[in-house]
Amino acid sequence: MSAHPRTLFEKIWDDHVIHTQDDGTSLIYIDRHLVHEVTSPQAFEGLRLAGRKVHRPEATLAVADHNVPTTDRSQGIKEEDSRVQVETLQKNCEEFGVRLFGMNDRRQGIVHIIGPEQGFTQPGMTIVCGDSHTSTHGAFGALAFGIGTSEVEHVLATQTLIQKPAKTMRITVEGALPPGVTAKDMALTIIGTIGTAGGTGYVLEYAGEAVRALSMEGRMTLCNMSIEGGARAGLVAPDETTFAYIKGRPMAPKGENWDKALAYWRTLPSDEGAAYDKEITIQAADIAPTVTWGTSPQDIAPITGKVPAPSDFDDPDRQKAVQRALDYMDLTPGTPLEDVTIDKVFIGSCTNARIEDLREVAKVAKGHKVAKNVQAMVVPGSGLVKQQAEEEGIADILIEAGFDWREPGCSMCLAMNADKLEPGERCASTSNRNFEGRQGRGGRTHLLSPAMAAAAAITGKLTDVRTL
Amino acid sequence: MQPFTKLTAVAAPLPMVNIDTDVIIPKQFLRTIKRTGLGKSAFYDIRYHDDGSERENFVLNKPAYRNAEILVTGDNFGCGSSREHAPWALLDFGIRCIIAPSFADIFFNNSFKNGILPIVIEDKNTHKELVDWLEAHEGEKLSVDLEAQVITWGNHSTSFDIDPFRKHCLLNGLDDIGLTLEKTAHIRDFEAKDHEKRPWV
Repeated sequence: MSAHPRTLFEKIWDDHVIHTQDDGTSLIYIDRHLVHEVTSPQAFEGLRLAGRKVHRPEATLAVADHNVPTTDRSQGIKEEDSRVQVETLQKNCEEFGVRLFGMNDRRQGIVHIIGPEQGFTQPGMTIVCGDSHTSTHGAFGALAFGIGTSEVEHVLATQTLIQKPAKTMRITVEGALPPGVTAKDMALTIIGTIGTAGGTGYVLEYAGEAVRALSMEGRMTLCNMSIEGGARAGLVAPDETTFAYIKGRPMAPKGENWDKALAYWRTLPSDEGAAYDKEITIQAADIAPTVTWGTSPQDIAPITGKVPAPSDFDDPDRQKAVQRALDYMDLTPGTPLEDVTIDKVFIGSCTNARIEDLREVAKVAKGHKVAKNVQAMVVPGSGLVKQQAEEEGIADILIEAGFDWREPGCSMCLAMNADKLEPGERCASTSNRNFEGRQGRGGRTHLLSPAMAAAAAITGKLTDVRTL
Repeated sequence: MQPFTKLTAVAAPLPMVNIDTDVIIPKQFLRTIKRTGLGKSAFYDIRYHDDGSERENFVLNKPAYRNAEILVTGDNFGCGSSREHAPWALLDFGIRCIIAPSFADIFFNNSFKNGILPIVIEDKNTHKELVDWLEAHEGEKLSVDLEAQVITWGNHSTSFDIDPFRKHCLLNGLDDIGLTLEKTAHIRDFEAKDHEKRPWV
């Protein structure tokens, strides 16, 4: 036992420090590295130019997700630059001996969906990826964070990173979530509470009854959006829910190693009395189905609320930002959110494209039809999620209701492939960012939960799923 | 990496808050396998009209700021994605130093890896004074001295904090990977011990 009670973050950190300089700058070991086609080509090129190898190829897993088409793939990728990027990943993986799930592998999918799905993501690990939503993997009690391409190269070459320990913030959600309220609403409410930069410099640890009650899918949604609150990483302490999810997955520990891993994982949760640099408490009963009205994920309101006015905010910089957001979103202060009509619905992304999310959508959509004014697409998070949804009859329900059932990938979350909003189009989206232009130049995004997205698809406007 | 020591250059004021990486470099420019050539696309959506012509009122399109090497901006600059294309685009435009009340973590970190100095001026009044001065003195230069940790504009100056290790790397243009590879024996040693403790990893 250590002399002082430690947080989950401190335990993981302590077990990964290789070397610490006098100023606290540390070299930490990285257990798992996920690689995708957009942020890796320049890193592999750097290795090649310096004559360096990948230090530990077996700790690395690659997949193409950002650029892949979500329609029929038999003809390959039409856009030349996207195709070159995906082919470059394939060549680099072959040259450097890195495992790759190719575009036609049924395990292909969004990098943050396939890591957990394969059992590649495990508690107590350090996990990085050249993608800010790497925070997703924190749902397993792993220290997981996004890095830039220079650091991707650093990890490939050395299996380490140069870091300073982060500050810790515990966010406790007390009580049980009301009916119709999901992990996505919890995530948006937390960001609205701490602000989009509130978590800068911190690792968030989500705790409390409402968090403990979440499935792994829900915990992944919650941790995924930590970066939208400025925190590079979010954590949930591993427990029986975590272990049950991992057991038996292809890359999970087996046999004697499973027992050893389990014993170690049980030591990870924060000790009683461990100190955090900051504590926030939220009552689950206060969380409503939530939507965003602006161009920052902090711009949230309950679906029963109204579009705010700049004068509702104190800070002059914030007032300017709100005015700009309202202009961009073409919204008038005082408009009830339920009166906002939409053109498109996007159900997908590393935030909300897991099987549980699709089940929620199907539950709401069953027996209904997508509104005439709406085009609604569902993009499963991986080939395996897609297959499972088809086996469970979810796909049939959604197709019957008029949803467009597509192939897995990042798709219209960031609109790098052909899936995007046209200027002025308004979208109810289960993704994670409502920035200007995020889903297509001039496109307008309202973030919400999968159930709320399904409700919006059916009515053609933002809708309180509880009243449907 | 090009060392950063002293810089006296035109500073462009762009005092918006929460400028995210999608604004700094939109997604359609991420389909590249190179680090270079992104400068012309930096701030694309707020810099150009739909037809590709320049928006006259965007600061970097104004004649006085076309050669700006310093950007003075608002809170939480660089929030959003981890794309290093954001600092690459700024560097390719010619930006070597960014001054803001706060930065998003990943962008902040990525900047150092590319020889760009991000400076935090936490004091809102000082930051406002700097922005006001720049707006009143279009195209004037300011000076940044990394060794002394001082910014100077007109008759004013302010000091800034920086992590000593990052300062050392920037002043000397050091390559992180080269530094870490010198510790390979430590890494191998860690791996051997860790394998005893966590054989499943």
